[in-house]
Amino acid sequence: MATVEDYVSRIEGTCGEEKDVIVVFKYDKKDEAIANILKKATLKNTIAGIIFELTFQDTSFRLYSSGKAIFRSIKNREELNQILEALLL
Amino acid sequence: MDVQAIRQDFPILKRQINNNPLIYFDNAATTQKPRQVIDAISDFYENHNGNVHRAVHTLSLEATDFYEKSREKIAKFINAKEPSELVFVRGTTEAINLVAYSWGLNDLSKGDEVLVSLMEHHSNIVPWEIISKLKGFTIKYANVNADGTLDYDDFESKFSSKTKIACLSHVSNVTGIINDVKRIAKVAHDSGALMLVDGAQSVPHLAVDVQDLNADFLAFSGHKMLGPTGIGVLYCKKELLEKMPPFQGGGEMIKEVEFSQGKGCSISWNEPPWKFEAGTPNISGAVGLAEAVKYLEAVGMDEVLSHEKALTKYAVERMQECSKVTIYGSRDLSKKCGIIPFSVKELSSHDVALICDNYGIMIRSGYHCAQPLHQQILKLHSSDRASFYIYNTREEIDRFVEVLKEIEQL
Repeated sequence: MATVEDYVSRIEGTCGEEKDVIVVFKYDKKDEAIANILKKATLKNTIAGIIFELTFQDTSFRLYSSGKAIFRSIKNREELNQILEALLL
Repeated sequence: MDVQAIRQDFPILKRQINNNPLIYFDNAATTQKPRQVIDAISDFYENHNGNVHRAVHTLSLEATDFYEKSREKIAKFINAKEPSELVFVRGTTEAINLVAYSWGLNDLSKGDEVLVSLMEHHSNIVPWEIISKLKGFTIKYANVNADGTLDYDDFESKFSSKTKIACLSHVSNVTGIINDVKRIAKVAHDSGALMLVDGAQSVPHLAVDVQDLNADFLAFSGHKMLGPTGIGVLYCKKELLEKMPPFQGGGEMIKEVEFSQGKGCSISWNEPPWKFEAGTPNISGAVGLAEAVKYLEAVGMDEVLSHEKALTKYAVERMQECSKVTIYGSRDLSKKCGIIPFSVKELSSHDVALICDNYGIMIRSGYHCAQPLHQQILKLHSSDRASFYIYNTREEIDRFVEVLKEIEQL
């Protein structure tokens, strides 16, 4: 059974007051991760099909075709994990 | 200066990132390495590797020769009186910690004052804060003007008979503003205080002469000037270095460790700089840094600075075409190196950096380890930073501005 760890290489808190969280997907799983996310999240905007502004369960985030996503207003790692599970699995 | 020829020396610049040619604008964080530096490190390990100062065999003697000749080369680069005034450390952070723990822990006490500015990198704030908690001295913070320049009047007015050391970055890692550290050093010495210069962003970008600046301490990192990571330098005037106690204990830094029953160990220290280099040092790092210095000398430090200033002028002009981009700090190029802090309206700094990354452009986002400057002076949650070096071009800036204009559409 697939897990979030199958898709995610690293999760990093950002430096700065915003406390955004950056999720880096594994290189060989990034296309699959992006496809899963685009199926489930609501697309608000996109630039040239490589940057996607999305919302999911009241959480806004941006997804990049390079295999990274930036989430904002995440309370803790547990909440992020729940969102990632719902988006990826 | 032939930038295209220089670019050929940097293998990494041939890389594609996210299907785009790499544009590396994060030079204030670390620089790329030319083939000459990579080869010098490989040559050391392939042909000369041994431990320094430890043995009489050929490889040890060769390694020692490489290591000490590297010290000589770097000493000349900053015009130190003697190579023995240079201590090899891991980088600027360790250099400042060495001063704080060795000199600060022994020479500072309650009632004393340490003077720093609000534009400092955390590495020139946190070590002093740690030692102040142990010794009870006071740290005074000098103001920075809204344009990111140092408030010289405030800095100078904060000197008193209690001030024991002034600590100031030569070039701000956020704004690229060049501080007149020679002026502050004079005021410090007139007040009976020492002067520590954080040269992390100056030694790689402009000609630095420690005798002319009259700095007592100068700290800098190899990796920000084409050299490898894990090697840096603390320059310190010989008479001070001789008085300072060791920072760390171990092999190499001792002359003798005599043991006698009943009395225990009696230890005498090695001469400086070895007194401060406990354990096996980063020998290949020193070799790589010396090669980086050789490379920069061949380019010429005046050429390096003038190339960066030209790029900065061009970038600022082009970025002004972007209606949602705000550039922070003074734009007076006579007082500035190749660093541009900026933000894009309605976007977090990390969004901007990630979008740039998607186009193969590497820029920095966040506080850049200078949270007090961001919060107190620039009034920012964070910022983006583009920083240039010898291999960057106007064409790369054109591409960067194109991407910024796309970002504005988001």
